[in-house]
Amino acid sequence: MDYESVIGLEVHVQLKTKSKMFCACQNKYGSPPNTQVCPVCLGLPGTLPVMNEQAVKMTVLTGMMLGCEISPYSKFDRKNYFYPDMPKNYQISQYDMPLCKSGHIDLVKECYPKDAQNQVSAAKRIGITRIHLEEDVAKSFHLETTSSIDFNRAGTPLMEIVSEPDINTPEEAFAYLSTLRQILLYGKVSDADMEKGQMRCDCNISVRPVGQKEFGTKLEIKNMNTISGVRRALAYEIQRQTGCLKKGENLTQETRRWDEAAGQTFGMRSKEMAHDYRYFPEPDLMPVDTAVFMNEVKSWLPELPAAKKQRFMSDYRLTDYNAGVLVADLELANFFEVGAAPGKNPNAVANWVVNDLLRDLSESKLAIAQSPIKPLDIAELVEFCESGKISSRQAKDVFVEMFKTGKMPHRIIEEKGLSQVSDAAALETWCDEAIAANPQSVEAYKSGKTTALNHLKGQVMKLSKGKANPKTVDGILIKKLSA
Amino acid sequence: MAHRLSLREAAENIRQRKLSSVELVQALHTRIRKIEPKLEAFLHDDFDLAVKQAAQRDAQPADGPLHGVPVAIKDNISSAGRPCTCASMMLKDYVAPYDATVIRKLETAGAVVFGRLNMDEFAMGSSTENSAFQKTKNPWDLARIPGGSSGGAAAAVAADECFGALGSDTGGSIRQPAAFCGCVGLKPTYGRVSRFGLVAFASSLDQIGPVTKTAYDSALLLNAISGVDPMDSSSLPQPVPDYTKYLGRDIKGLKLGLPKEYFIEGLDPRVKQVIDQAIRHFGSLGAKLVEISLPQTPHAVATYYVIATAEASSNLARYDGVRYGLRTEKPGDVLDMYFRTRAEGFGPEVKRRIILGTYVLSSGYYDAYYLRAQKVRTLIRRDFEKAFTQCDAILTPTSPTVAFKFGEKTDDPLQMYLADIYTIAVNLAGICGISVPCGFVEKPARLPVGLQILGPAFGEPIILQVAHAYEQSTPWHLEKPNL
Repeated sequence: MDYESVIGLEVHVQLKTKSKMFCACQNKYGSPPNTQVCPVCLGLPGTLPVMNEQAVKMTVLTGMMLGCEISPYSKFDRKNYFYPDMPKNYQISQYDMPLCKSGHIDLVKECYPKDAQNQVSAAKRIGITRIHLEEDVAKSFHLETTSSIDFNRAGTPLMEIVSEPDINTPEEAFAYLSTLRQILLYGKVSDADMEKGQMRCDCNISVRPVGQKEFGTKLEIKNMNTISGVRRALAYEIQRQTGCLKKGENLTQETRRWDEAAGQTFGMRSKEMAHDYRYFPEPDLMPVDTAVFMNEVKSWLPELPAAKKQRFMSDYRLTDYNAGVLVADLELANFFEVGAAPGKNPNAVANWVVNDLLRDLSESKLAIAQSPIKPLDIAELVEFCESGKISSRQAKDVFVEMFKTGKMPHRIIEEKGLSQVSDAAALETWCDEAIAANPQSVEAYKSGKTTALNHLKGQVMKLSKGKANPKTVDGILIKKLSA
Repeated sequence: MAHRLSLREAAENIRQRKLSSVELVQALHTRIRKIEPKLEAFLHDDFDLAVKQAAQRDAQPADGPLHGVPVAIKDNISSAGRPCTCASMMLKDYVAPYDATVIRKLETAGAVVFGRLNMDEFAMGSSTENSAFQKTKNPWDLARIPGGSSGGAAAAVAADECFGALGSDTGGSIRQPAAFCGCVGLKPTYGRVSRFGLVAFASSLDQIGPVTKTAYDSALLLNAISGVDPMDSSSLPQPVPDYTKYLGRDIKGLKLGLPKEYFIEGLDPRVKQVIDQAIRHFGSLGAKLVEISLPQTPHAVATYYVIATAEASSNLARYDGVRYGLRTEKPGDVLDMYFRTRAEGFGPEVKRRIILGTYVLSSGYYDAYYLRAQKVRTLIRRDFEKAFTQCDAILTPTSPTVAFKFGEKTDDPLQMYLADIYTIAVNLAGICGISVPCGFVEKPARLPVGLQILGPAFGEPIILQVAHAYEQSTPWHLEKPNL
């Protein structure tokens, strides 16, 4: 019997606001423990939350980017449960009136893992059930005999993005997360770095025989620190659950923890211990009227990856591949556009960026923002090639030097004396010399062996130390030999 | 004899440099040392801090309306560097690190904060017997309770241990003790005074207000503490008038409503007699008395005890031994720490309400209790809205009885809850109310009776005007207990 899996993802995303969700503390990652705290985010007696409007707007923007309906009226609720990392022992969250509902993400080929891209045939749409806004909790550290809590994270604005159970493979989960991350970065709402916990993903997964309508037993997996980790954890869990079902075992509804090092999941708690969160409307906060700032947030809507790709293909005539690679990273796309603006050959700029620059950056483990080569340098390099000032062979050398030194192309060409010589008088002298020194080749050419011309041209290039413009040399040689 | 001054007189004496702020603090301190062994109204004597602040005031120009005047504070309002125990073992050693907005506002008005007042634990109770630390006596009869939860505030004001105090009122906690002790207690409109720094009992009902010797003093304190606060999202941006301006205006022709549902069985006939006399007095002052109806009255107590306990169960979850306050000795694990800390830290009434509140929010019961109560609450609010189309203010008894004896009602919490019948609906409706002394019951002891005057939302000017007119034409507020 064949089995299929049904996967839904709950993604928590920390918003990149200046201050925390309900107090004026800085929303800053990496400060010494318990330095970004105040009476409000420590839950001291008598304190009250004040809503961070920027966080609400960013959530609405995210909803717009993901095609959601934005609720005109939304409210906050208290989710009550005891946990040492929760200062108030309730979390201010949203229960029945989330800010955004009914959105979707379209999975495109480039967002799948590289090794799985050739199996992707058609684009797939994954539904988004809801997006709501809440406050993050503190972070516990378990030492040998005691536990410590760092409250810096407590109160960080946190979006929860819940998908429909439309995902069927670990690769689709990977594509969903990388697309979502891309969109979040495009909207500048989060840095969405999973390793820093800025984006966290819990997976709900069940396995059932193909053709069965009812869902199988739902299990939750937690603790994946990378998008690839999510893929691995799901692949492991599908195999494990399928194995159990094939052996005729029953699965129990439970939460499992992914251990990256072990490459396995381990049971954490069964759902029988599920909490009754006793949600009720947060009396300390007023309901949110989103209509007031809808127009403002609409004006923040960025061009999204799919639209940008279309534009790159139509405006710059880029190949599907180049456009896809460029838009996968907003900074890279911006880099390209700056470089493409002044020139007439944007596709050449794209080729340099996609083929050469990305390779060199990845070898040196640099991000695009740290690139020693600036976009306008690439534009200049392309211009030198286009005008025939340097050969494409020379251009490769110039590029290597640009990456190494960060110098602009014209400086390198000048310093190395690389520019092509198109001056007819100098070229004619070299051609005459070559013809005089290679009578056999001249003979061969005249007898119809046109390839002999290449040998002569090579000699001219040698004499010119590579500076001769090969196209002009061709013309001169042919003219002289047929005279 | 400076302790006998009203708040207004104290402020005038300072302005005219007849008395210094230090002299006032010292006069009160002398009085407190003499009376406190009998009365036990104060939990904490912050004389040293107060005297220091008074000396500073004496060195400054007397420009604030309360310049140099000491004001005592109920022990659930946060004041930096002072204890804020809420009369609970849970916060026995807790020192507040920040100021409530009302404390800042008092200090801006020039007042000197002096004395922390006893109360029912976490403001839950009607007799101040639920204080974990001491039993405050009624200054009129030391065998009787002072009312509650702001029993310390009312007893201290009535006994001239302070010129005025700030209390908090969730279901009558300012008005009822004021009535029992023969002073003036005002519960402002919800949103009139910032709750930031008031340790939350029931967030949607809590409001800070003044306990004073006269209606004028009430207006003076209300002037100082009112206004919208960016730290409290439930505070409202209504402009703050000078409330003293409305005092002295004629009440001839004002329509005063008498809710027929309030004058039925359960109202002590001796109290009724005093109230009837007060009502007749208003007639003689030229007010028009009209019968009105508040048909939802029978549901108010039940509605209140669902909503207030639900919110309390969540608000009091933060006392867990993790960050501040009591932590049980040598806890085994985190659950053991929660259980034992909360078992040891909370008194029986607080536990009863946490359990009730947890129950009404539980899944399966939420709709039947909490949701239903919210709907009834809306109906109660409408009752008042309708009533205020027929009258300018409403007259009622503050409490169906006079102050009872210690232990008289402790075994019957329901009886205790029912005694809040006249005050509770006001908090549910979010409107304002004031209790003023209106006479005495002579037997078995000479005990004060309070008349409650209710106004619509932001109707503080009218209730103060009515209260002042009554006070100016009656002798009751001038009577002092014999201590």
